[in-house]
Amino acid sequence: MKDVASRAIGDLFRTPAVAGLAAGWLAFCLLVWLYGASPREMAGLLFEGTWGTSYGAGQVLFKATPLLFTGLAVDLALRAGLFNIGAEGQLAVASLAAGVVGSRLPHGTPAIVALPVTLAAAMGAGAAWAAVPALMKARFGAHEVISTIVMNRIADGLVGLLLASGLALAGSVRTADVVPGARVPRLEVALSAFRGSAVSFAIVAAVVATVAVMVAHERTRFGREIGLIGKNARAMEAEHVPVRRRLAQALVASGAVAGAASLGTVLGYKGYFEEGLGAGAGFGGIAVALLGRGSAAGLVLAALLFGTLQQGGLALNAHVPKELMDVLQGVVIVAVALTDVRLRRAVSAAPVASTKGAG
Amino acid sequence: MSALEVIVSGTMLAQTARMTIPYACAALGGVVSERSGVVNIALEGILLSSALAAVAVQGATESAAMGLLAGVLCGAAIGLVHAAVVVWGRIDAIVSGLAINLAAAGGTRVVLRALYGSSSNSPSVRGLEPFEHMGPLARTLLDPFLLLTLVSAALLSWSLRRTRFGLRLRACGEDPSAAQAVGVDVGWTRTLAVTIGGAVCGLGGTALAFELHQFQAGMTGGRGFIALAAVIVARWRPWPAVGACLAFAALDALQIVLQNQTKVPSQLFAILPFAATLVALALVSRRARGDARPPAGLGKHPDG
Repeated sequence: MKDVASRAIGDLFRTPAVAGLAAGWLAFCLLVWLYGASPREMAGLLFEGTWGTSYGAGQVLFKATPLLFTGLAVDLALRAGLFNIGAEGQLAVASLAAGVVGSRLPHGTPAIVALPVTLAAAMGAGAAWAAVPALMKARFGAHEVISTIVMNRIADGLVGLLLASGLALAGSVRTADVVPGARVPRLEVALSAFRGSAVSFAIVAAVVATVAVMVAHERTRFGREIGLIGKNARAMEAEHVPVRRRLAQALVASGAVAGAASLGTVLGYKGYFEEGLGAGAGFGGIAVALLGRGSAAGLVLAALLFGTLQQGGLALNAHVPKELMDVLQGVVIVAVALTDVRLRRAVSAAPVASTKGAG
Repeated sequence: MSALEVIVSGTMLAQTARMTIPYACAALGGVVSERSGVVNIALEGILLSSALAAVAVQGATESAAMGLLAGVLCGAAIGLVHAAVVVWGRIDAIVSGLAINLAAAGGTRVVLRALYGSSSNSPSVRGLEPFEHMGPLARTLLDPFLLLTLVSAALLSWSLRRTRFGLRLRACGEDPSAAQAVGVDVGWTRTLAVTIGGAVCGLGGTALAFELHQFQAGMTGGRGFIALAAVIVARWRPWPAVGACLAFAALDALQIVLQNQTKVPSQLFAILPFAATLVALALVSRRARGDARPPAGLGKHPDG
């Protein structure tokens, strides 16, 4: 009997979600203790600042919104066996596009026109930014990990450059306000419990988008093809599927989805773009995708977890540095990866840094 | 002085040589690690952590040598963690590298705040300047870090080609299953390779911190990633990797000169090294269709 019980417990800890949470919890206690604070006290503060109040919960949802979009984007590419490390840069360029286009529309533009146009501009910019590594992959076989990392850095410089050369308001690093029609309303309009919190209807859009993309993976030809390419690219090539083109398309689609994260930051929160807005969401999305891999519910829960960590970090910042949460994120990623067999398989199926083969 | 005069001057050459060091060390670390078959995008995090370790230990002990030792050991330790997680835990090396980079970016800030109560930079340290009375060019040529980098490159190049360990290391990178079949301990060979790579990379982080005489949060600014691109451009060979790093460093130095001399916005020049990296990647990947290719066993585990 004892054997059965201990094996059951062992199995439980071998599920990625449980292992991630357990390792995260242990690391939290250890790090807080090393820093000289009381883990119990800090955990209490963490809870109070996040799920303890309706305002805190709203803030968690607000932090989770861009993470869910970028997590979905990274997951989309990962299905095809591609590692999109570039969501960070794709989102930066997309956010700038949203701020610029949204503020240049005629003032009275109704929401039914303004919002789709602004969103399309953002997603288009994100897709265009992802198209560079995608083309390099398809044409030259350049590995997407390096090229997307490099594109992040270029995005950083380019956004600053464009803001400085006329896209920003004079003497600032922000664009003009987007027109009212392009703004995503705050959730507090409908639910007064979230009063004061920055969470907007973009979280609803993020969840809907996640479910829609998951359905598309199952139901559309493109979705099924990239999923199969991720499993066995060579077999798909033998089936005369244009593998290179599909991989490039998947990366571009991933960039577009990452760009949609600006719904939560530019359009749902600030109402304009400023340098650094949404920074970190792209890298956070990688963690979300790894943790919530492959299912809508998984991605949503992972986004909520990392949203909680981010908001919790702010709540603790007076006592322990909020960057502690980044360390925690790293620990959770490793713990999840160690227990997730799929993750070990999926990525090494496509030889890393290879310039040949399916790429 | 005109921009051109500055560019061809000795100061500029000295500047370039010194800026090459962190890139080159990271790239050499990448070469050893990847030739053994373990992808290493953790170079960025290793550079950053070892820079902090070197500054913190020098600050505490007042000894540059201890700082250097700490930087190298810190690099080796993170390399060991990366190897352990990838080789023994069998998780994807990119995932591990990402996690290490994330933890290093956050962790260095945490340590910074714990040690110095600041989240942006450490107090200044003296660094390693044994030839202060000499001219800039002589000082650069005799720079201990430059010499150490060159010695590392020579040693790595020689041992990869000529020693039994180098042969085994390359075998693990080319075909781990075959290497294992002939009795090479793939796991240990890779662990050792990645740890050594981490140590060399740590040397680069130390050089970076001592050059600026302090640690600044995020001070590596993507150098680890550029170094990784240099590894690919150099097709996983030590000396060409150092050469590629020299080119990237020259661009970096050029960027600083031009920023001071011209009215062109600084962000444009900040993009320059990365844009060059992208172009180099595209060109090399294209040529790689023919003879040159990455180690065939990169990212693969031995069967069974």
